[in-house]
Amino acid sequence: MAKVVYKVKDDVSTDTIYPGRFMATVLPTETPKFAFADDAEFNGKLQKKEIASGSVIVAGKNFGCGSSREQAASCLRGYDLTILAQSFARIFLQNSVNLGLPTITVPDLQAGTGDDLDILPDKVVNTSTGKEYKVTPLPPARQAIIDAGGLIAYTRKRLREKAGKK
Amino acid sequence: MGMTVVEKILARASGKASVRAGDVVEPAVDVAMSHENAALVINQFQEVFQGTGLQPVVWAPGKIVIIFDHRVPAESSKTATNQKKIREFCARQNIVHLHDIRGDEGGICHQILPEYGYVRPGQVVVGTDSHTTSHGAMGAFAFGIGATEMAGVWTLGVVFNVEVPGTIKVVVKGEFQKLVGPKDLILHLIGRLTAEGASFKVLEFHGPAIEAMPVSGRLVIANMSVEAGATSGIVPADEVTLRYLQKEAKVKDTIVPVKPDRTAVYDRVVEVNVSDLEPQIACPHTVDNVKPISQVGPKKVQQIVIGSCTNGRMDDLAVAARILKGRKVARGTRLIVFPASARIYRQALAKGYLAELAAAGAVIMNPGCGCCLGVHQGALGDGEAALATTNRNFKGRMGNPNSEVYLCSPAVAAASALTGTITDPRTGGK
Repeated sequence: MAKVVYKVKDDVSTDTIYPGRFMATVLPTETPKFAFADDAEFNGKLQKKEIASGSVIVAGKNFGCGSSREQAASCLRGYDLTILAQSFARIFLQNSVNLGLPTITVPDLQAGTGDDLDILPDKVVNTSTGKEYKVTPLPPARQAIIDAGGLIAYTRKRLREKAGKK
Repeated sequence: MGMTVVEKILARASGKASVRAGDVVEPAVDVAMSHENAALVINQFQEVFQGTGLQPVVWAPGKIVIIFDHRVPAESSKTATNQKKIREFCARQNIVHLHDIRGDEGGICHQILPEYGYVRPGQVVVGTDSHTTSHGAMGAFAFGIGATEMAGVWTLGVVFNVEVPGTIKVVVKGEFQKLVGPKDLILHLIGRLTAEGASFKVLEFHGPAIEAMPVSGRLVIANMSVEAGATSGIVPADEVTLRYLQKEAKVKDTIVPVKPDRTAVYDRVVEVNVSDLEPQIACPHTVDNVKPISQVGPKKVQQIVIGSCTNGRMDDLAVAARILKGRKVARGTRLIVFPASARIYRQALAKGYLAELAAAGAVIMNPGCGCCLGVHQGALGDGEAALATTNRNFKGRMGNPNSEVYLCSPAVAAASALTGTITDPRTGGK
């Protein structure tokens, strides 16, 4: 069971998730402190570790629109959060897959802060309201990267295969 | 069944006779572009090689282009150290296409790539920047990727697991009114499609208004295609593209444009007639919150920005100089100008545009991304509003979540600088 700790609307941009003025910070070990930096309350809870690992952010459509900055995915990955959205912007979704940030597309999802969710491979059950919502599966092309343990591991595997062939 | 331009490009790049939307391919990359976030790419690239016993060597140093533009000259010791790390990496890896902080060959990545002829029609271009879509203006398939994905490109020269995107055909008819242009077209289109209306799709541009549009304008519409969620925007290469590559970019080799098949299958077709198009404004805080200027009230703005990878080119500076020459920027309004490249800066200097703009009260900055993304050189104060020729108006974009950003064309920006309020250049700011 996972708790919804934060709810955001449609079109949340990477400028909201990870403001541009912190972009000189690049390493995944250092980016989490700037997650949602312009929301002092939520950022404070994250930094003070008041948010349990595995907690859920619920978003509307087009979550992560805008910049290709990977910090937007790595800062959330650092807190071991799961993102459920009605839809995701392409580059953010790809970055999340590459870095192992769980991003689940649930087009009809209705959930609010404090709700408890049961996240299953094909559906999400909001146990606070008793309602169920269908999950849109990731295309198999992306699943291969997740199965390998992220894009660095996947690239390393492919590099080894290529070097072995020579 | 025929193919769209992007299907043709991806088929060629992945060694297949044909591909269709939805197929998964692994295209070979022709150009791999990064800016300061190459610092993260380097980190991820080195991590790939860890434990393999192999030396980290990039797949093709000649296909990598790195351009410093996001924070130039460095705004902090952290950025300066990142830039230093990138320079040293380029030297070690024989990456010669490094556009450093220089007044002869520096600039914004999305101007440098076309200007120096790095991009050709039919190529696969990836960049660690979402506005890499810009290079679709040259008839290439160009899209933004993350730093870790770029580390994969640097390692093996391919993008893994790319789904061939579906294509929306955009047919643009009519002729622009005076002082209305490509920026107004793309803002209007984003307003119609919405911020995710073209998500995971490509916008392929056609029609008489596109054929008549110079490369500078095509760069504007391809640049902002991503603001409708598009993977890329593409203008099939034609005589205009070839002339630009030969004359401006001094490309000598034979260029073969890639055209869509007549029987290509599109997701849908969108028609726009620009003849009646007014100047358009994207209002806070989303790029698809677009209104014709006649429906935007007399909004006071404290900062006006002309520049960026969207609108910092010669024709943009020319129209601004024409409107502002011999006149004054309104008191209480700051006008900040960022030419898109060092070459444009020097050309605008030679033409007198920069002197005219400065005499009117504009502050001329060095080429770069400047205040577009709120990093340095022009943050907004609490409660202030900016009017900018840039491409994003998200909350906090210009460095302050308690401020507003409106997006517009260079003509609107210049006319508004005279009045300090959002002003229609066709009728106001006289």
